[in-house]
Amino acid sequence: MAHASPLKPRSKRVLPGFGLSLGVSLLFISLVLLLPLTGLVAETAGMTWSQFWFVVSDPRVVESYKVTLWTAFLASLFNGAFGLLLAWVLVRYEFPGKRLIDAMVDLPFALPTAVAGITLATLFSTSGWYGQWLETIGISVAYTPVGIIIAMAFTSIPFVVRTVQPVLEELPPEDEEAAITLGASDGRVFRKVIFPSLWPALLTGIALSFTRSLGEFGAVIFIAGNTPYETEVTSLMLFVRLQEFDHAAASAIASVVLLVSLVLLFAINLWQGRYLRRLHGK
Amino acid sequence: MSIKIEHLNKTFGSFQALRDISLDIPDGKLTALLGPSGSGKTTLLRIIAGLENASDGRILFGDRDISRLPVKQRNVGFVFQHYALFRHMTVAQNVAFGLESLPRNQRPPKTEIRKTVNRLLEMIQLPELANRYPAQLSGGQKQRVALARALATRPDILLLDEPFGALDARVRKDLRRWLRGLHDEFHFTSVFVTHDQEEALELSDQVVVMSQGQVEQVDSPTRLYANPTSRFVFDFLGHVNIISGTVSDGWLQQGNARVSLPGVSTSGDAQLYLRPHEVHLSVEPDSRACLPFTIEAINLIGAEVRVELRPDGWDCDDIWEVGVSHSEFSRWQPQRGDRCFVSPEIGHLFRNGDNRPQPVTWP
Amino acid sequence: MKYQSHHRVGDQPWLRRTLILAAVALSALLLAIPLVLIFTQAFSAGWGALVSNIGDRYTLHAIGLTLFVALLTVPLNLVFGTALAWLVTRFRFPGRKLLVTLIDVPFAVSPVVAGLLYLLLYGRNGWLGSWLADYDVQLMFSWPGIVMVTIFVTCPFVARELIPLMQQQGTEEEEAAVTLGASGWRLFRRVTLPNIKWALIYGVVLTNARAVGEFGAVSVVSGNIRGQTNTLPLHVELLYQDYNIAGAFAAASLLAAIAILTLAIKGVAEWRQARLLAREPADRNPQ
Repeated sequence: MAHASPLKPRSKRVLPGFGLSLGVSLLFISLVLLLPLTGLVAETAGMTWSQFWFVVSDPRVVESYKVTLWTAFLASLFNGAFGLLLAWVLVRYEFPGKRLIDAMVDLPFALPTAVAGITLATLFSTSGWYGQWLETIGISVAYTPVGIIIAMAFTSIPFVVRTVQPVLEELPPEDEEAAITLGASDGRVFRKVIFPSLWPALLTGIALSFTRSLGEFGAVIFIAGNTPYETEVTSLMLFVRLQEFDHAAASAIASVVLLVSLVLLFAINLWQGRYLRRLHGK
Repeated sequence: MSIKIEHLNKTFGSFQALRDISLDIPDGKLTALLGPSGSGKTTLLRIIAGLENASDGRILFGDRDISRLPVKQRNVGFVFQHYALFRHMTVAQNVAFGLESLPRNQRPPKTEIRKTVNRLLEMIQLPELANRYPAQLSGGQKQRVALARALATRPDILLLDEPFGALDARVRKDLRRWLRGLHDEFHFTSVFVTHDQEEALELSDQVVVMSQGQVEQVDSPTRLYANPTSRFVFDFLGHVNIISGTVSDGWLQQGNARVSLPGVSTSGDAQLYLRPHEVHLSVEPDSRACLPFTIEAINLIGAEVRVELRPDGWDCDDIWEVGVSHSEFSRWQPQRGDRCFVSPEIGHLFRNGDNRPQPVTWP
Repeated sequence: MKYQSHHRVGDQPWLRRTLILAAVALSALLLAIPLVLIFTQAFSAGWGALVSNIGDRYTLHAIGLTLFVALLTVPLNLVFGTALAWLVTRFRFPGRKLLVTLIDVPFAVSPVVAGLLYLLLYGRNGWLGSWLADYDVQLMFSWPGIVMVTIFVTCPFVARELIPLMQQQGTEEEEAAVTLGASGWRLFRRVTLPNIKWALIYGVVLTNARAVGEFGAVSVVSGNIRGQTNTLPLHVELLYQDYNIAGAFAAASLLAAIAILTLAIKGVAEWRQARLLAREPADRNPQ
């Protein structure tokens, strides 16, 4: 009996193109995504810890962290609610103009942020369509953190809607019907049957919205007024430092921002992997 | 083209899907890989096709060791469980695909390809559907197209993965008969995977029963059914009536039940397996056995009457089933709750711990 | 009488109407009206002013540069996105999950940070930039820098459109093609491509929209030199800072028009792709 030889067919994959697609992908990712990181690393490596800390903990910068964080937080909460409402209405009801609204949800995605920025700034300025109306009830939006929140909310509307929509669509009606036949009220069915399936997607959408809002620049700077210590977001801080040719400071701040973004990204992906797969059983 | 499999192993990570499989698949015959889900039968089929790589072992087509050969060069036809028809191509384009994919120097001219496609469509009796798209076909039609597509390039070996699993009963029967007819006419070597024992027994020339990555038994359908060589195969091939007890002095006893065991000289704990058609009912015990029952239910199932029995004065894990012909039934007129006895004709004795049965026949 | 399907949560007419009204109202306020504003402002000085605003020398140059950037960015990202999607959905290998996460990085990173990364590397003081400067090659503050940064920001889109779809479609058709002897390109061209056609189209269109509209990253690396390194979004900002509101919105309206076109194509693409998936014969001969 011939001794069984280790099986290693010449190309070890059934479908073609592994080598080529791997090569192209790795080359691209290295050149476009990874290589630029080396510049940042080089720049920050040239700083000492105390220099780094000095820049990163500068009061004006710290204030910008705070402003960015809490405005992004509130914007994401708003989007959580608005996005849920939109997703619900789009999936479960029929009404004229539904297709139009469904298409419009992606507008913030397709519209350049600068255009969104000047539009929102104009809308909410004291002489703008919304601004003049809000002034009469004593709410100022332009040049205040409220404006930042609105700009952030606008640009990340699609995230929650598009994450929740598919989950709502796949919700089996039988689950609800079973609960109803067992005598549960609508509110109870929503709390116990529907929402448990929804909240992972909702949380993911909110987290994505938050991450995006943290870095939002174009839409924010027109409406914010950019007053230091009050309405300055961190991405603008970075820009300011760059205009001052203070590359070291910009790099330091950027590395903090980058770190936070990457941590959030990985956390979201891990979360999605765990929860959304369990739900969909992919 | 015969297939020879030698000491094949396959692991997925830490899970061993196939353990030391060695098999001979004869040329020109229809072989069934039969087993429950998780038995490894589909994995084995895909390894033969080259869609998976074995971790260890060899496969030969005829005399050629093809273990290292990629799919394209193995010249196998593969029919997928869910057909895998190219959804945006017409039926004719689907069937022609293999021929059009041949290298330039081997590719027949367009007119000939068209002729072959038409011939194949005639063979599967669907010539009028040439310009339809898969979405417009029924399940049975899709399956036939998938088969025609696989046969277009004249493969040496045809592999089918649960070909009729997704179809309803009537269509399944028709297609089974049709496949067998096709096979009898063209004599390609075919291997098909199924979990339906009726299908395997009806269609194939040879059945390979698999369980948990290993081969349990390889035999022709008749021999397989007549002489299952393990408990698993017994359990898998249909209902079995089992009595457990102790053997002494040539009798198996439990409670007030006793069965004689001619030709058996052992003693100790054992189980006797009796199939529904290998026993008959009577109103009294006889010299062979005393197996008292109460009739639990009577089911008229098409060609015969199936009587379900509950043991009376002794125990068994599962109810017994015995088949009774309609004429017998109308003569006897049994009722629920009546007492009756079972008399064996052919049995299979498993001593405790043994996996191979000893056949027992009563004179 | 219309068949009344089973009652589902939230079906009560009053609730339904309230929710729909709220959704429509908020959508109008937040999405529709801003869009309308762009065009009313653009036309606020009249047709003639609009035309001359758009036809202004600097605006035209900005339009040209923007289109040029898109022309370079989109095909590159198309190739990359398709290759990555194929790699990640058709094969299993260590590091696959990492790749899928990596592709989301441009999404999570602030565009200003993205611009900064490139500036630090390719700027005069960066290690690569200074090396290139020795050869008189300057990438920052001119169009190559803009192109590179735009590629960075828009590279996920094609992949993100294709990956879930290709995963959902499964590999059976492609495996069947392999058993039938199809070679690599033939397989991709005749079996895979037709199945992902519409998702691919939408990915391209979206990449284009984002490439055209990128602001933050481009602001950092472009130098804002009017007539030379200003893309259209940058030009919009310039006009706005100059208090040329009508002009700014005129340029903005062009961008908004592209956005609307993008959404329209998305609608069509999704619809066609869904029909492909649902295996409905669309324009086939129904018999």
